[in-house]
Amino acid sequence: MESGKYFSEGVRMIKIAVCMKQVPAYSDGMMDEKTGRLIRSGGKNRVNPGDLSALEAALTIGELEEVQISVFSMGPDSARQVLKEAFAMGAQKGYLLSGREFGGADVLSTSYTLYNGIRSQGDFDLILCGRQTLDGDTGQVGGELASWFPIPYFAGVSQIQPVSQKGVQFKQKMGKHTWEAWMDFPCLLSVDEQDYPPRMPSLKLRMAAGKKEVELLELKDLPDAREEHYGTKGSATRVRKIFPPLKTKKQPALTMKGKEGADYLNELVRKIAKIEEETP
Amino acid sequence: MKEDWNGILVYLEQEEGRLLPVSRELLGEAFRLAEKKNVPVFGVGITNQIARLKKTLEGYPLKRVYLYEYDLVFQVNQYERALRQCVDEIRPEIFLIGGTAMGRALAPAIAVAYRTGLTADCTELDIDDYGNLIQTRPAFGGNVMASILTEKARPQLATVRPGILIPLKEGDCRKPTFIRRKLEEQGRRAKILDIRKIQIEASIAEQSLLVAVGRGIKRKEDLTMMRRLARLLGGGLASSRALVEKGWMKSEEQIGLSGTAVKPDCILTFGISGSVQFQAGMKHASNIISINTDPNAGIFEIAHYPICGDLYEIVPEWLKILEQ
Repeated sequence: MESGKYFSEGVRMIKIAVCMKQVPAYSDGMMDEKTGRLIRSGGKNRVNPGDLSALEAALTIGELEEVQISVFSMGPDSARQVLKEAFAMGAQKGYLLSGREFGGADVLSTSYTLYNGIRSQGDFDLILCGRQTLDGDTGQVGGELASWFPIPYFAGVSQIQPVSQKGVQFKQKMGKHTWEAWMDFPCLLSVDEQDYPPRMPSLKLRMAAGKKEVELLELKDLPDAREEHYGTKGSATRVRKIFPPLKTKKQPALTMKGKEGADYLNELVRKIAKIEEETP
Repeated sequence: MKEDWNGILVYLEQEEGRLLPVSRELLGEAFRLAEKKNVPVFGVGITNQIARLKKTLEGYPLKRVYLYEYDLVFQVNQYERALRQCVDEIRPEIFLIGGTAMGRALAPAIAVAYRTGLTADCTELDIDDYGNLIQTRPAFGGNVMASILTEKARPQLATVRPGILIPLKEGDCRKPTFIRRKLEEQGRRAKILDIRKIQIEASIAEQSLLVAVGRGIKRKEDLTMMRRLARLLGGGLASSRALVEKGWMKSEEQIGLSGTAVKPDCILTFGISGSVQFQAGMKHASNIISINTDPNAGIFEIAHYPICGDLYEIVPEWLKILEQ
């Protein structure tokens, strides 16, 4: 795998890439017990909420400057829905990275696939990601994606503002401090979803979204088309086994109503407070 | 060749020269793993207060500690250079990093630099029969646990959230060898326009009693009642992820693997079903009292005091008692 600087300077329109993922709507364990891989067929899906916030951040920047927003999603064919939803919110372009070669990817291989998908479409000034996904929930893909280029990476930022088409100003919280920073393009930000509640798709855009085409990016379309760098083969980790969490001895539940429950709880909390006070 | 990699490296996160508790927890785990493998433990810290950090580390039985002097605001690409220098020199087979905001920003950079795996937010670490690091974490929504291996690539990279592992106790008389270096600024970096200390309200991790609320809360307004209960009991209000996603509670108030891990003397959960993610962040509480209308709620598996009841019936009555 190769990484290298891939951006040019002096742009007039801010080119933004947003990464979005389709996740299961319900977070029940749907995993192949044998392979330890995610089972995606069946169950209902949704767009990862944090990624909608990343798109919202891009659209907010678009209210201040001329932007072109391209959304990239990796997943099975059903992940087209993510891009349709992105169109309905106002994204201009949508790319679906799909193919059996991409399946079973860990963080390293997922980020490498996104990196190749994004650079197959030229230079971008700004890449926006959600802070974490609901399913994998590791919040590490954005950071690895930035490192492939490599471009500077800032996590969980808010109040992003474009500055004279050359960079962005934003707020970031780290430990006990919060700072306001200015970074020139290109860079990658993961956004604080609380600062960017996603907008409702407009009816007009939704109608137009139906006609808009999602562009399919397959392995052969990528700058690095070597199969061994993607999916399971390109992954550095392997799930050895999955198992139900260890259970402690279950206590029988007491059924209680209103006043009875309140009295019981009041007494219980008082007792606990007393015991904890006496045992150092 | 992975055989060339040896020992365990721990990223020693600090603030103003003071070691963060998570670093002490990682050290505790590193020594436990090192004993199994019979390998040394190394540390690397980046700080603006080298003398103070060195002092805190003097009692620890680390083999070597790399201390980098750097007095600018944290930035991934700057810190990354120091960590890569250490990894290149030590060639550790395992590299442990705290699952803090900083650690979660640094670990991906290291993973890509060495084309290695990264398992974030592990809840358990161990060594398998072949000497590989077993990285265990809740997977996929959190109702199953997964044990993950980085089979070929090195270092094996894992992050662990604060409050999950047992911290190392001081007192060993062996002193580590300290290697002091300066971290020079290089390459592109953000310009810091303004920096402020956050006025942190008592974090949920510091409360000895917590009232935790979840999906069972029907309307945002009902949180007022729950907040009042927490205040009257002398504790804080916390939440599961469901309410943070709805925007009703702040992410700082979220308990769980993707939020904060807590260990209060007493935690009362109301209307929380208790995903593994949530449980991972609170199961070490000394007393778990859970109120839920569903007799099959997952939280009842770990609650010391499971109560099948409706919070909307019980809490108003309890408030009456407390306000008397």
